Amino acid sequence: MKCKRCTARAEVQLRAHNVAFCRPCYLFFFRRQVERTIAAHRMLAPTERVLVAVSGGKDSLALWDVLVELGYDTAGLYVGLGIGDYSDASRVKVEAFAGARGLPLRIVTLEDEAGGLAVPSVAGATRRPPCSAYGTMKRHYYDAAALEGGFDVLATGHNLDDEAARLLGNVLRWQTDYLARQRPVLQPSHPKFVRKVKPLFLLGEYETAVYAFMRGIDYVVEECPNAVGATQLVYKDALDRLEHASPGTKLGFVKEFARKAQATFASAEPPDARACAGCGMPSYGELCSFCNLVREVETKRARAAARVSA
Amino acid sequence: MLASRRLRMRVHLRPQRRTVEVSGPRRVAALLAELGVLPGTAMVIRGDELLTDSELVREDDEIEIRAVISGGAA
Repeated sequence: MKCKRCTARAEVQLRAHNVAFCRPCYLFFFRRQVERTIAAHRMLAPTERVLVAVSGGKDSLALWDVLVELGYDTAGLYVGLGIGDYSDASRVKVEAFAGARGLPLRIVTLEDEAGGLAVPSVAGATRRPPCSAYGTMKRHYYDAAALEGGFDVLATGHNLDDEAARLLGNVLRWQTDYLARQRPVLQPSHPKFVRKVKPLFLLGEYETAVYAFMRGIDYVVEECPNAVGATQLVYKDALDRLEHASPGTKLGFVKEFARKAQATFASAEPPDARACAGCGMPSYGELCSFCNLVREVETKRARAAARVSA
Repeated sequence: MLASRRLRMRVHLRPQRRTVEVSGPRRVAALLAELGVLPGTAMVIRGDELLTDSELVREDDEIEIRAVISGGAA
């Protein structure tokens, strides 16, 4: 198979785009796709400071790498979830990536920052799925770190497959409030929030993995142990089968939703935020989701301790 | 005189941490189908190069099939 741009031997074939590329041409293609997405959705301005949320996985490290390549002023934020060896390995990868490139990195460890509220203990105490607890906690620390560090934008590595699976889940349940916020750019609804952007939302995980491989990025290949049986993986599997039968399905699903349908759900968006009575960060109720979670865990721990001492 | 040993291609599946041995040359597309892997859900790696579906892999190759699907993104 030959590269479409230069006719050298191709290393990657992209069925959704009906093209194949050699390594240099693929890297050119990937960077150009990210550049175009950023420009088309007005995600980033050249002078803005960008906080990149990094997990140690291929997507977030590929995102950080490509943003640096494109000349953006970036810093990384890693939130340690306390998921045993998996979190330890993830942190090592992130630190190695940042260290080798001389990039600034902030590390937040939930066990230290949130009074011992690492994801497994919170999930156990509240009986929530670990990913739900993680989502609430990471959003709080992303917002807090962006505010404290004076960043203009928070960038996350959500890719096309993430967005397609999320969209499928939201449509299957007609979660209109979630559909209202499923956008590649979320403008801040409060002065303490920053803009949130997803520059990889039109690039699939195969494409981000290939970029990471070709750039020599050492990422965590192992899956998070909490992801086993996750609904998102079921949706991804279904979408992969559709994609195999009809290449371009995922791209069309996500791209056309953003272009044609997303705005129709805007009225379901929550009202502007106010200050949380607990932490002072923006909230849509008296307490923000994070403080509600912390209070729930503290209450349940106190009840459990009372039962033991009784 | 030692009898020549028949070579078998070693295929490492990640992140499953499983290795299978396959005999006979074949196209990458056929290898993926045999292992039940959908094209586009894994990278096929030989040394430091990636292989497309039409590439031929042989008995003396060491291949890594690395899944690209993850449960989420930070």
